[in-house]
Amino acid sequence: MLGKTAGGLFWMYRYLERAENTARLADAGFRIALTRSDHAEDEWASIIDTASARKAFLDAGGKFDGPSVINFLLRDPANRSSVISVTEAARNNARLVRTALTREVWEAVNETWMTLKAALARPVRETDLPDVLTLIRKQSALVRGATVGTMLRNDIYNFARVGTFVERSDNIARILDVKYYVLLPSVQLVGTTLDNVQWETILRAASAERSFRWLYGGETRPLTIADFLILDRRMPRSLLYCLRKIAGNLGNLCTDYGVRRPSLDFALSLRDELEELTIDQVMERGLHEFLTRFIQSNNALAAHVEEDFRFNR
Amino acid sequence: MGQVCPDCASQAKVVEQPSIPGKVDRMGESPTFFNEMDGGGERPRAPYARYGDWFAGEPPERLRRKAREAESFFRRTGITFNVYGAADADERLIPFDIVPRILSAKEWARLTKGIEQRVRAINAFLHDIYHRQEILRAGRVPAALIENNDAFLPKMLGVSPPGGVFTHIVGVDLVRTSENEFFVLEDNARTPSGVSYMLENRETMLQMFPELFTKIRVRPVSDYPKMLRRSLSACAPPACKGKPVVAVLTPGIHNSAYYEHAFLADQMGAELVEGHDLRVVDGRIAMRTTLGYTPIDVLYRRVDDDYLDPLNFRPDSFLGVPGILDIYRSGGITIANAPGTGIADDKAIYSYMPDIVQFYTGEKPLLKNVPTWRCSEPSSLAYVLDHLAELVVKEVHGSGGYGMLVGPAASKKELEAFRAKLTAKPSSYIAQPTLALSTVPILTRAGLAPRHVDLRPFVLMSPDGIEITPGGLTRVALKKGSLVVNSSQGGGTKDTWVLED
Repeated sequence: MLGKTAGGLFWMYRYLERAENTARLADAGFRIALTRSDHAEDEWASIIDTASARKAFLDAGGKFDGPSVINFLLRDPANRSSVISVTEAARNNARLVRTALTREVWEAVNETWMTLKAALARPVRETDLPDVLTLIRKQSALVRGATVGTMLRNDIYNFARVGTFVERSDNIARILDVKYYVLLPSVQLVGTTLDNVQWETILRAASAERSFRWLYGGETRPLTIADFLILDRRMPRSLLYCLRKIAGNLGNLCTDYGVRRPSLDFALSLRDELEELTIDQVMERGLHEFLTRFIQSNNALAAHVEEDFRFNR
Repeated sequence: MGQVCPDCASQAKVVEQPSIPGKVDRMGESPTFFNEMDGGGERPRAPYARYGDWFAGEPPERLRRKAREAESFFRRTGITFNVYGAADADERLIPFDIVPRILSAKEWARLTKGIEQRVRAINAFLHDIYHRQEILRAGRVPAALIENNDAFLPKMLGVSPPGGVFTHIVGVDLVRTSENEFFVLEDNARTPSGVSYMLENRETMLQMFPELFTKIRVRPVSDYPKMLRRSLSACAPPACKGKPVVAVLTPGIHNSAYYEHAFLADQMGAELVEGHDLRVVDGRIAMRTTLGYTPIDVLYRRVDDDYLDPLNFRPDSFLGVPGILDIYRSGGITIANAPGTGIADDKAIYSYMPDIVQFYTGEKPLLKNVPTWRCSEPSSLAYVLDHLAELVVKEVHGSGGYGMLVGPAASKKELEAFRAKLTAKPSSYIAQPTLALSTVPILTRAGLAPRHVDLRPFVLMSPDGIEITPGGLTRVALKKGSLVVNSSQGGGTKDTWVLED
């Protein structure tokens, strides 16, 4: 396979994952605004921080209110991570790697782009927002379904999956990092309504509120949430789950290619480290420090993969 | 870049205004056009008889619904072409009409003989031009026409491409003016495009009207990618070891014909590469894979000569591969089509094609050329100046309808301006009569309505012989009365059927 194609697949799936995560983030923000309108401004600001877009947002003259933030996240072409921007980027990458995709996957991506372009052609009215957000998630599920259902499990699939999980763990780590203070043990005792809303935001943004309830019933404790999103092996958006997937897919690549690459060793060491960690240890070392390091390592891992498999050079 | 949709800028042409050669309509009477479906009679001509019966039994509303379905199918599949510049209208569909263009087995047999003869002659001409230049010595083609031509590549002198094939893929543009008269409008010997539309149009028809294909025996076209792969593989270079590695070179996703490049690579099971994926490694052109560099044997390039090699041609090109021409000359890679084939489909050469065919095949040309006046010749120039209002005048090196005069449609002022240009630099122009292109009906709101068409069959050449896919791309002018079939000017396409015997 061409190095460029591997890179195109990696990025195509990163962008698709980002579109979905951004939509969830917008959804979480919208939900808070509905329930806690007096703290809305702070919440919208933290949503923008989660998207790592404060500077771009302020440069574009954005105000921390619902319509501006939603517009910025969903359809601002100046925001390179807006849903419309990344959907277009995903489709461009899909065109680039067209020969590596099944017809089903290509059509799902192309249709997603056409559908979202139409849905986001004008600012989304508040009454339409839930529908639009659902549409984004559905389209994303469509592409994922076509991918899982029709793609051969060869190098193409493995690069796609590495992209998906690198992006996903990055997004989850960022969500956690912006909200880390509400997960700190010192706040545990507070248990105010505000905190409940904050925790709910985190779970919603990770589309994990349902599975969390299955596992823990009504008991919403910050430490449990942190454990769930960082170390739970069953939770498909937890950091450990993502790392196990990445390591697995890189392992497949190296087996198929009959070579061993440094990125695999790096992924394995990150995974093993997380496997052995408990949430108490994470808290002891400092949640923020842990997340910062995780985001850096995750980026470094992506860079290793890029280099090992000659995406660009 | 000159590559585009079925009628890219460099290959585009505009045939304006009616008038059959020799029957120029001076009285302003409305001209008659050959209608391929009914031939001007009450009943469909023989090739359309069965289709006509089927059509008569179809509720028009169903057909219109099918037509709409076809459009959404094309959009979803992404069969679009890019338009440069316009950000919003970035990708457009080429309109597809659901009424097929039908040729009988006999008509097709006649055409293929003529096309084959022409393609052989073109290939022989290219070999000769880049070797002994017998045709110039014999005085059949003026040497100046070659030497001063940008499409002639002196760096190809003495080069014999693998398998002796210069033109692996040719698209011969044909127009019809009557039951028995076909003309070659242009020989596209560089990198003709449009074949993906031929294939997708058929695919669409099969999906929409499967019953038609059980009723009527139409020769399939779907083998084209397999034939292309086989044909390219048969031209592997001396350096090739084992099964030839084939790749398609595209300028990238922003090129107007990118869809086609990806489609062909996909269908052939070949890699789709860009210049920056390639470099010279150990005397070969190699592509960067996830495991390092792998040599390519045959490169089906969809990048023009000028951009192919910044070391040998345009130094500012990022689309090609530095040094590829040197590797090519030393037998390290096959480039399809060979560099320098443009000299064979140049407008200035076109008028010599009957001589070229005769010179290399010893036979009379089976397909007609459109009569062409070379304005470089004083008597021709005098005639052209005299009849300017009836003729189409083309700039020899112009393309895409630029620098062109369509006499019957031009204003007095335009005519005078062109007269001045012609007089100042006659050798830059050729002139042709306006042709009465045949029509095939399209489905409109009001039912069937005749529209003008042309035809581009696709020809594959390899050391094993010449293969022509039955049919080709039919382009149709959708506007009533228009003779412009170019998709950039609102033209559409039709499925083209060649009937089984």
